[in-house]
Amino acid sequence: MEILISTAIGFLVACGIYLMLRARTMDVVIGLTLLSYAVNLFLFASGRLVSNSAALISPDAAAYADPLPQALVLTAIVIGFGMTSFLVVLAIRAFGDLGNDHVDGEASKK
Amino acid sequence: MSHWLIMPVLLPMVAAILMLLTARLGRTVERSISLLSMLGLVAISVALLNTTLGGDYQVYAVGNWVAPFGIVLVLDRLSALMVLLTSVLALFSLLYACNGQDRDGRHFHVLFHMQLMGLNGAFLTGDLFNLFVFFEILLIASYGLLLHGGGPLRSRAGLHYVILNLAGSALFLVAIGALYGMLGTLNMADLAVKVAQAEPEQLRLIHISALLLMVVFGLKAALLPLYFWLPSAYSSASPAVAALFAIMTKVGIYSIIRMFMLVFGIEAGVLSHLAQPWLLPLGLVTLALGAFGVLASSCLRRQVAYLVVVSVGTLMAGVGLLTVESLAASLYYLLHSTLITGGMFLLADVIARQRGDVGSQLRLGPTVTQPLLLSTLFFIGALAVVGLPPLSGFIGKLLLLQAAVHEPSMAWFWAVILIASFFALIALSRTGSALFLKTDDQAVTGVRVESVSLIAVVALLLTSPLLAFYGGAVSSFTTDAAEQLMQPMNYIEGVLGSQQLPVVATTEVAP
Repeated sequence: MEILISTAIGFLVACGIYLMLRARTMDVVIGLTLLSYAVNLFLFASGRLVSNSAALISPDAAAYADPLPQALVLTAIVIGFGMTSFLVVLAIRAFGDLGNDHVDGEASKK
Repeated sequence: MSHWLIMPVLLPMVAAILMLLTARLGRTVERSISLLSMLGLVAISVALLNTTLGGDYQVYAVGNWVAPFGIVLVLDRLSALMVLLTSVLALFSLLYACNGQDRDGRHFHVLFHMQLMGLNGAFLTGDLFNLFVFFEILLIASYGLLLHGGGPLRSRAGLHYVILNLAGSALFLVAIGALYGMLGTLNMADLAVKVAQAEPEQLRLIHISALLLMVVFGLKAALLPLYFWLPSAYSSASPAVAALFAIMTKVGIYSIIRMFMLVFGIEAGVLSHLAQPWLLPLGLVTLALGAFGVLASSCLRRQVAYLVVVSVGTLMAGVGLLTVESLAASLYYLLHSTLITGGMFLLADVIARQRGDVGSQLRLGPTVTQPLLLSTLFFIGALAVVGLPPLSGFIGKLLLLQAAVHEPSMAWFWAVILIASFFALIALSRTGSALFLKTDDQAVTGVRVESVSLIAVVALLLTSPLLAFYGGAVSSFTTDAAEQLMQPMNYIEGVLGSQQLPVVATTEVAP
């Protein structure tokens, strides 16, 4: 499971960085979204990967899952979602103001 | 436990909500709430600063959950100083915006107070994840403020700023996740204890996350490879916002000082002082490039934005020296540079508006309407920024240079700081002559500066002579703050209580 999770995170980060380095704002937005998915998975995994364990104190629990990373991930998801929606609005605004969707606001030279 | 400690966070939040609710009642109500809450904030931060004079740590456990489990706010001399600095700067920026620029877009005052809430929270919190949350609060408010007034320039600068900071937040979360995974805590004091006891095989990951944190804070502080966003963002922001943003880079510097003096500080064993070998050279190069930027700017606003980069470089180099004297000098310089660059952003706007279409571009333009007043203010500001006697910039730089005397890096430190000051002097003399001497006497725009704006500009620029006049008192306070930073054990004991401390081998020998 560790290998699966780490491969998934690595793949998401690679795709995210590739898209972030592109010159169009929507690509960058999607890249940032992928990067934040990867980060959320990473945060989630920082509490160790265990299945079927008690999150709270129970008398017959052999092992505990760490509930804190889930709280952290929840916060991170909410903040990331808000930020992404703001960025989408800003990208549309910039498209309207600048007349194209290049991140530097200049039409690409062909 | 005094509840006053959470007021710097609560008051702006409540004021912001009140202003949202009363938004239909018009601008007078909004401005009154805003200014009253600002005055209250200044009073509270003075009172809080006063309580730290004795050197105690005040800890506020939010929701009464004790330290390593709940989130704590911690007040020490450094955080009290930063909160006071923020509220003073914000008071005058807000006053300036009341000349009508607060109506250029919607909800200026609400966003402004949300930003203050984030700033104060970031300075007060004793928890790493909470620091992230407050960073996001101040960032999302700053996105709104940066775009305040609209226009293509702001959209473009805003886009870069938002994208960079989102990428920075992702790195921040990775660092937090790795630290939590290794050490199982995010309370800063508890982290400091756990870092010192880390297993050898954990060290590498902790090291990586510490340096990731430095990248994140370096991005906020605009340290060398990460400062390119700053000049266009700050020079396109509306003036009151740019003035408030003078404190934003200082949040990054504060976080670097906090993390690398406390968590990776003297007691951290193998991992102690991770960042310091990077800070001095990076700070000096940032300083040098900032000075070139000041020389090369063809617009006063951009020049002031580069002066912010210069101040960041100077501060980082000072922090990198890692002595009580250099930290104390850096904190003094931080006070001075924040207030003066804030004042210069406001002054640049006054000058730009009186020059009509030419604005703050350094080319032939109309004579300003009030040449004597504005040139005197510019002269005071320039003297203070460059660091010529008798103003506070001189004292700050003198303290920094003195602190470096016995260091091996003294030659570099002295050379870069002095040459950069010389460059700034040349650039600002040229700017002054371009703005006030080489003008077109026929064209006069007739725009006069509003009295609220004038009060704000004069007040911010007057802090420089005041900081110089009360230099003894201020620098003895910053020395106390630096000494407090050098003893992370007291912070840990203040937050966690003495029973949680790792057993330190006592060297007392029975007679």
